[in-house]
Formats: sequence, structure tokens, C-alpha cells
Amino acid sequence: MEASGKTASAESTGEPLLIGTSGDSLREAFGKTLVELAKTHRNFVVFDADIAGGTGTHHFRKAYPDRFFQFGIAEQNMMAAAGGFASTGVIPFVTTFAVFCLRAIEQVRVSIAYARRNVKIVASHPGLDTGPDGASAQATEDLAAFRAIPGMVVVSPADPLEIQQATEAILKYDGPVYMRSGRSKTKRILGADYRFELGKGRILRDGTDVTIVACGVEVARALDAAELLKSEGVSARIVNMSTLKPLDTDLLVRCAHETGCFVTAEDHNIHGGLGGAVAEALAQNRPCPMEMVGVRDTFGESGEPEELAEKYGLTGPYIAAAARRAVARRGGA
Amino acid sequence: MPKQKPDFSSLEDLSRRLRIDSLVAIYHAGSGHPGGALSAADLIAYLCSEVLAWPARNEGAEGRQRFVLSKGHACPALYSAAAECGIIPHSLLLKFRKLGSPLQGHPHVLDTPWVETSTGSLGQGFSAAIGMALGLRYQQAGSRVYVMLGDGELQEGEVWEGAMCAGHYKLDNLCAILDHNKLQSDDFNENIMGLAPIRAKWEAFRWRVIEIDGHDFSSIHSAFVEASQTQAMPTMILANTIKGKGVSFMENSPLWHGSVKLRDDELQRGLRELNVSEQNLGRYLDGSIWQNGER
Repeated sequence: MEASGKTASAESTGEPLLIGTSGDSLREAFGKTLVELAKTHRNFVVFDADIAGGTGTHHFRKAYPDRFFQFGIAEQNMMAAAGGFASTGVIPFVTTFAVFCLRAIEQVRVSIAYARRNVKIVASHPGLDTGPDGASAQATEDLAAFRAIPGMVVVSPADPLEIQQATEAILKYDGPVYMRSGRSKTKRILGADYRFELGKGRILRDGTDVTIVACGVEVARALDAAELLKSEGVSARIVNMSTLKPLDTDLLVRCAHETGCFVTAEDHNIHGGLGGAVAEALAQNRPCPMEMVGVRDTFGESGEPEELAEKYGLTGPYIAAAARRAVARRGGA
Repeated sequence: MPKQKPDFSSLEDLSRRLRIDSLVAIYHAGSGHPGGALSAADLIAYLCSEVLAWPARNEGAEGRQRFVLSKGHACPALYSAAAECGIIPHSLLLKFRKLGSPLQGHPHVLDTPWVETSTGSLGQGFSAAIGMALGLRYQQAGSRVYVMLGDGELQEGEVWEGAMCAGHYKLDNLCAILDHNKLQSDDFNENIMGLAPIRAKWEAFRWRVIEIDGHDFSSIHSAFVEASQTQAMPTMILANTIKGKGVSFMENSPLWHGSVKLRDDELQRGLRELNVSEQNLGRYLDGSIWQNGER
């Protein structure tokens, strides 16, 4: 929980390196992006609840101390204050861990969403990716909870390039947003020509037998699954659904026509998150076989992110197995 | 900053009218919280007339003073002030809590922008007001932010998060008003969850505390002037009030905190105590008094 603004230079100065804060994680990419955006966008500030070292905003605190507001370990006050601050015409980026956003969700509901304030909530440490801190710190309910709030846009980028683009996009969007960053080091999976667009899914790899819809850390694992499936002669289409709400239903319906079955993959409870969103859209528009990969209505535990992903069935081989089941249910490849 | 030399007798008359309007709105709604609206009526009358200077400056005017009713259930008094000050027509009070009406059961900023933020979930209006005060100071705007809390509201942990924050940031553009009527939904504060010592708590959180009789306009005026001159710390006006003030059978009774349905005879008795003439009683009961533009 200890915040430190010195992490970036830790290796060169010989200071102790804070675990997880030095890599190319989504949270670090987010923090660095805020600094870049601040140079040209004077209309936002950053709110923190004593975890700037963990959310990536330590970069911003160092670069723009006058635009950085410390609220202490008191997330309920921070969220409602963000609503009030936004009403004066300046946009707060409210940053904390995803579980502590859940703690203050009623403040988000009334003082941000109901009042329709231009507040951006960016949550690090989502899902089992949170790792060794254990289940109390692993938010596997946040996507469902924030998706259920009227008018709330919900975003979960997949790699550092995407969160860079998404941060700028949500800053330019006029309204309340909840965005997941991420704790662990991530693979760069998107090409330099990738363009994030709020409310749009992106086909990262085309395929004809099954569509795998993923978000966050699961996008890289879905791409792993596609390779496994390819060796078995199954052609998997990979959709990066980085905006969960509003959902790109048109893209899903098109994929339903073209592949006829689905797998969803998320580092989140299988109830109410990406899988729930996709199921709602398909059931109402073009029902077809669908399998869900995610945390199966249980709490996590301590462990490294990859260990947890393996134990809880979130890795590429599990996604590939789910794809085989979906294809079988539809009636073969 | 409050206006200089208010006319206390006209404020007395304004708060009497807020009490009348509040009871009539609750009567026609068939539900609503009279006790806390009546205890806060004098403070709200002063705020809207002298501090906010309604109707001259409201709804997004640059440089306006801001007032948040964090004890949102007392909104009949605030809506009545908006009607008495000419921001909304009196006839709208007959639509309080009705389908499609901007006068929601608890204030909603998208329907009535002059409430500044949506309240009704205790503690949140206070934090939102802190955010406003921080935002205004960040932009070097001179405006002040006023926020009224109920005493039962102090049981919300968020209030103390906010109290710590405002004290830490020395928010001298923030003034909180505590409507300390000693009662909450089910019983007296002390029987539900003791609050004492209130003054010492706020002082411990680095607030200036000014304790007054919340029904005495001279004391109310002095407190707001003093608050506006306070530097380097937020101010809490600890206003001792009487729940249900002005209507004898509602005074100091928890029965009239909660959302109630006022009977015809109860409304008539209340209005008589508030000096409504006999010939007007029927017109308040059927709402006709506000339907042709009259008071």
C-alpha cells in the first residue's frame, strides 16, 4: 500500500524496488499517459487515496504536484468529492484499487453517475491478476457492479498501447467512466496501427469456427488459445472487447452470423461481467452456443498471477477447451 | 458572504412561509419528511435569501455561492425556498414526489440545478461540497460552499472522512451547518448512537465551531458573517434546533421525522399554528391557492 514516487528511478539509484511497479504494466502505462496528456490538457486533475505507487499515478504526482489531490485512505469521501469537484468544471481522474472502488460504489452511484458528473474512475489491481495480496484485494466483481450503474461507461484495455489510447479517449468523453488498468507486466499485443475507439470491439485475429471475446489480461491468453486451436484445425476469431459498456452489439451479431458460437474470457466472476454482457446481447439478438471462461463464482487466493490463472482456469488451454465445447455444441467445425 | 443588515422580521415571515409550503407539499405528495424540514426552515430561509441571494444568482451563474442540502430528506424546505424566492412556481410544490416532476423525493441536480448535487444518501452531499470547495479553490474562484447536515447523518463514517479532509486542506471557503434537532428516524440520537461531544469532535478534526440557536436570526446572521471571515480552516455552524419547529404536535417527536402521510386535520391544525387564515385553509387543502398564481 505504500506509495512511492521514486520507483521509476529505483534501479539506477539502488533504492529498494517496489514489487510490480517497475514494469510495462497497464497501471504504469496509465500513469505515464496522464503525464503526457497533462502537457496539452489542462482540464483534469488526479485524485489518490494513498496508493499512487500502486496505481501508476506517482508519475503524475511528481510531474504535476499542483494537479494531484491526496484524499488519504478514505475512498467514500474521495468518490463523492470527485463528483463535486467535477461540477466546478475540472475533470478528476479518481484512482485507487478496484476493490476500493467497490467500497465506494454507492458514492459513485449517487454523486457521480446519478448527478452525471464528468469523472473518470481508473482502478488498478483488478481480478486475480492482483496476485499475492490475496482475495481481499482481488476485485472479481467490479465489471458487473459498475456495468449495472445507469449511464456508466465501462472499459478494460488489453495492453499498454491500448490503455494509452483509452485514457485519452475517456478524457475526451463527456460523462462518467470506470476503467480497469492492471497490476502485472503485460505483453504488447497490439500493433502500432491499433486504434482504440470507445464503444467498439476490435477483431485482432480473424477466424471462421468460433469467436473468442476477451478483455484485459485475457486478450493475450485468448490469442494463445487461437494458436493452440489452429494446430487442431479450428479457426478462432479473437475479439478484443475493451469497452464492456456500451457494448458493441453490432460486432457480436456479425460474429454470430459468421462463426455461430462464442467463448468469453475475463479475469472476473463469470456472473455479470464480459460474459454476462455478451450473453445478454446474443440472447436478445442472435442466440447461439456460448461458453464462459472466468472466475467461477469463487474468491481467489494468494499466488503469482500466472499461477492463479492456471489454478482458476483462465489460461490459453482453458480458453481453447471452451472453444472446442462451443464448436461441438454448434455442430462441429 | 452574507448581505449586510438583513431584515429579521421579513426573514421570520419567509421561514413561516417555508413551513407552510413544506407541510402543504408533503400533504399533497402523500409522503415526505416534515420534522427535519421544519427544524431547518429558519436556516434555509437565511441561506437562500441572504447568502445565495436567490433568485438573482442561481443555476450555474458564475461566482454564485453554492448550497448543498446533504440532509436531502429536508428538501421540502429547500423547494419551498425556491418557490418563495421565485425560482420555481408555487404550483410546482403540488407535484412534489409525483411522477414526472422535477421535485424529486430527494434533490436531484439534473432536474433542479440549483440544488448543486443529488443528495438523499447521507454523507454524500457533504463530501460533494468538499469537492466543490477544493475545485473552486483550485481555480482560484472566490465562491464559498455551504452544506447542511443532519445530526443523525453524523453517524455515517463518510462524514468523518470528509471532516478530516476539509480540516487537512484548511478549506476556509467551506461552511457546514449542522441542523442539530437531536432526533433521527426512529428515536433521539442519544438512544440510537450517541453523538456527544459534537463540538469537541469537529474541533478535533481542525474545524472552527460556532454554536448557535438555529431559530434565532440574529444569531444565525452573526454566525454566517463570522464563518465568512474565518481563515485557514473550515467552519461548522452547530445550530441547535427543534425538530418539527413551529407545529406543536410535531415538535420533538420522532413520529414526524420519517416519510409520513399528513391527514386533512393534521394539515389544518399545522397551518393554523403557522397563522394561515381560516378562509385560506380550504384553498391549501385543495391546492387551489397555488393554481392561479396566488400564494
